Amino acid sequence: MVNAIAVVRTRSLFAVAMLSGAFSLLSALLFVTLDAVDVAFTEAAVGGGISTVLLLGTLALTTRFERHAEHSPFLPLFVVIVTGAAIIYGTLDMPNFGDPSAPVHQHVGPDYLARSPHEIGVPNVVTAILASYRGYDTMGETAVVFAAGIGVMVLLSGLRRRRRRDGSIEDREEDG
Amino acid sequence: MDQFTLPFIIGHLNYWLFTLLMMTGLYIVVAKGNLVKKIVGLNMFQTSVFMLYISMGKVTGGTAPIFPIDMQIDPDVVYSNPLPHVLILTAIVVGIATTALGLALIVRIREEYHTIEEGLIQKIELEKATREIREFGEVMGGGE
Repeated sequence: MVNAIAVVRTRSLFAVAMLSGAFSLLSALLFVTLDAVDVAFTEAAVGGGISTVLLLGTLALTTRFERHAEHSPFLPLFVVIVTGAAIIYGTLDMPNFGDPSAPVHQHVGPDYLARSPHEIGVPNVVTAILASYRGYDTMGETAVVFAAGIGVMVLLSGLRRRRRRDGSIEDREEDG
Repeated sequence: MDQFTLPFIIGHLNYWLFTLLMMTGLYIVVAKGNLVKKIVGLNMFQTSVFMLYISMGKVTGGTAPIFPIDMQIDPDVVYSNPLPHVLILTAIVVGIATTALGLALIVRIREEYHTIEEGLIQKIELEKATREIREFGEVMGGGE
């Protein structure tokens, strides 16, 4: 939480990138305490590792500092407070934290827990569901990642070539 | 107002904290002009949604949903709900893919406009539009 506020205040984008990495690691710790070890692994590797590297790469290709905001922060603050109040009003109907009789724990979840030992035979239930019961989801996920990879390649391809060409155009204008 | 007992408040504190975190992310996205910072705010928003889901899957006294290696399952052990974990695993990977795409777009925008500040980009666009209106307006029969 403190980390998040620091991100709001900091103007140096390098520090923002580092803080977002630290934020990911802290949330990974939180996932471990909430019994989600697989999610914690992924969050630490993806959020703390790959995401930080990507941010740093972007900073290297762009700029490092943020300019002062021109308009006042009151309208966004108002919008955010109203949205937050609406969400908190919505949580009032939620079951208590850790309640075993919550609706989440009534249908498919326990079913998977009961059936995966003899149907799949993998000790890790998360893996069993991910690769077997919800295999189509995982396939769709790989499709999304593939599409995103292609998008990044198309956007960034010829970056160096364009940069060199732009440089030569500017040089020519200076000569003329 | 009699529902606001102490157990109720403690049981819902996690949702409220995650909402606060989510709103911090939303505030960064809405109020800050820097595009890289917007992406970081979006990530923060996303992570707080993940936390919300994972906290719903937690059972008091439960443990991680991994069976012993010899598959001799003790019926007394309570496991947390594995289904939110699976969904969030997928969401994290999709999230990093969208982040990568957004950052690539930022690099491309910087190449085109030489800035990654939203206000400056809008200013440049406005100048471009007025110039084009001045240039082509007379040909189309408009203008003064």
